[in-house]
Amino acid sequence: MPDAAAVPIEDERPLRKLYRSGEGRLLGGVARGLAGHLGLPVIWVRLIFIGLFTANGLGALLYAAFWFFVPLGVGGVAAQRAAMVTTETAPDGRRRLVARKPDKGQIVALLAMLAVAMVFVGSMDLGGPTKAYLWPTLLVAAGVALVWRQADNARRARWMEVGRKRRTLTIARTAAGVLLVGVGVSGIFVLRGSASDLSAALQAALAVLVGIALLAGPYLVRMTQDLSEERLMRIRAQERAEVAAHVHDSVLHTLTLIQRNADSAGEVRRLARAQERDLRAWLYKPEGTGKEEAEEPDTLAEAVRRNAAEVEDKHGVPIEVVVVGDCPLDERLTAQMQAAREAMVNAAKYGGEGGAVQVFAEVEGETVFVSVRDRGPGFDLDAVPDDRMGVRESIIGRMQRNGGAARLRTVPGGGTEVELEMERTAAT
Amino acid sequence: MSDATEASGPVDPAAGAAEAGAPAARRVKVVLVDDHRMFRTGVQAEIGQTERTGVEVVGEAADVDQAVAVITATRPEVVLLDVHLPGGGGVEVLRRCAPLMADAESPVRFLALSVSDAAEDVIGVIRGGARGYVTKTITGTDLVDSVFRVQEGDAVFSPRLAGFVLDAFASTDAAPVDEDLDRLTQREREVLRLIARGYAYKEIAKQLYISVKTVESHVSAVLRKLQLSNRHELTRWATARRLV
Repeated sequence: MPDAAAVPIEDERPLRKLYRSGEGRLLGGVARGLAGHLGLPVIWVRLIFIGLFTANGLGALLYAAFWFFVPLGVGGVAAQRAAMVTTETAPDGRRRLVARKPDKGQIVALLAMLAVAMVFVGSMDLGGPTKAYLWPTLLVAAGVALVWRQADNARRARWMEVGRKRRTLTIARTAAGVLLVGVGVSGIFVLRGSASDLSAALQAALAVLVGIALLAGPYLVRMTQDLSEERLMRIRAQERAEVAAHVHDSVLHTLTLIQRNADSAGEVRRLARAQERDLRAWLYKPEGTGKEEAEEPDTLAEAVRRNAAEVEDKHGVPIEVVVVGDCPLDERLTAQMQAAREAMVNAAKYGGEGGAVQVFAEVEGETVFVSVRDRGPGFDLDAVPDDRMGVRESIIGRMQRNGGAARLRTVPGGGTEVELEMERTAAT
Repeated sequence: MSDATEASGPVDPAAGAAEAGAPAARRVKVVLVDDHRMFRTGVQAEIGQTERTGVEVVGEAADVDQAVAVITATRPEVVLLDVHLPGGGGVEVLRRCAPLMADAESPVRFLALSVSDAAEDVIGVIRGGARGYVTKTITGTDLVDSVFRVQEGDAVFSPRLAGFVLDAFASTDAAPVDEDLDRLTQREREVLRLIARGYAYKEIAKQLYISVKTVESHVSAVLRKLQLSNRHELTRWATARRLV
């Protein structure tokens, strides 16, 4: 029943919820958010607010209420303004929102509002004592607005990864807000009574604050705990997803390949070894990526491991690597690595039936020692024809040309060991 | 770590006897601790034929609590211990079995058998008191051999482990003179180097013109030093690698 199936999907639209708009806003984003929510042009909503403002300041009150209680979000960004916010794929693969335009209009709006407020206050004809309270009240309002805007910015920074402004600015803004509120409140107190009452009033205020903290404290603590726990769970889930993705990408694919190649033991072994190495690198490397295959290794340990891995992949013979110490590669060591690689290839080719090839590298002060050992049948160097250059040129000759030494220890039936010794270049 | 000729092919009773030294007369009780049933079954099949190998598997456990209970109940001579276990890992088992290890009359000895050869796992269980460390790629013959070695009180090192230890002590060369007690002797270092190069104990003995027993005592000495002394240098080494 395709029709029946299609209906619930149609209903799966996300719940429409009122948000203040973070983008293209002039003050708190209330008007734009409302406009987006109601599907009206923004200018209409703004005009209505201004209209209401003239009606005894009702608009301002309404606006302030919206500002306080409606969360900031992406909601209500009108379609024609969408170009200002674009999604962009970050290097880590996550999509994030990027704001394109600095909020210049906001400053204009703020100034305009200030001017209107001044005119409004100036034109108001209130009684003497009431008028005296007006300025402190305005100060308090400004301080609160400042701090609330700050909270908005913090939230916006969290979901948009923008607005990572200097911390000092954040602190300065909060401090200014607090100061404004403080001055305003003190002003009210000072106006109410004489200055001598100030300390008593402050004490009372402090007592009230402590009381509120005692009452609300447990809830706040529990809320932050819930929040951090939720965050932890989310991080865990993300990590699990990453592991699952990696296992899927590499391990499952390898297992599929192994199933397909079940008949050829060599291929299965090769796949399993390559997968093991990959998984190990992923699990135990500090960064956990182990993906930058393209770049050349620049330390000895890395070079030995890389060479061993390549030979292992190519010849399907397991190579066990033990590296003691590490140092940067220089010209001589590069030559030594080439010789070692040749030795590994030989060991894998001719000695591979006896088990794993063992590679040991050690940095001992100024000398670097590499041993490549197999447990194959062994051979007699003197019996090798003169035209075969593998051992003589690629290993022994190369080492000697670069000022090192190569020793071959081979017992017929007892395996072969190639020992390579090289001095590091003096300048380190 | 044993000869290649023995490592390949099926378990040969005669070779096993030669390696382990008269298994018909000697039996060793072993407990398997691993959270994968398949792996326990596999090991059991490889080494569990008592009349042939001399190894008698007297118990199995899948997590830390079970392991401690089974080990306490059966008092085996050797425990084959997986490093990664539910309930705290092999290190936790070692910690809770410490009194059994210290028992003078019939000590329980631990041989770590793990798929991981990461430095933190290896050093962790060795410092916890395990007498050896082998990886799960080991052959049946070698494993039997290792079990007997551990039962006799000797240490069993994989080449990789020898490499870690050398690495740990290599960085101390330039350090100001510490007590000689805390250092590896030249001979011990030589032995370790040969182990790291993949030589079997027998081959090392031949090459250095010493007896296999001497090789084993050198290796045991290394293990002792690794566990008890050289505290600050190992700590420094571990901190440098962000292991602790």
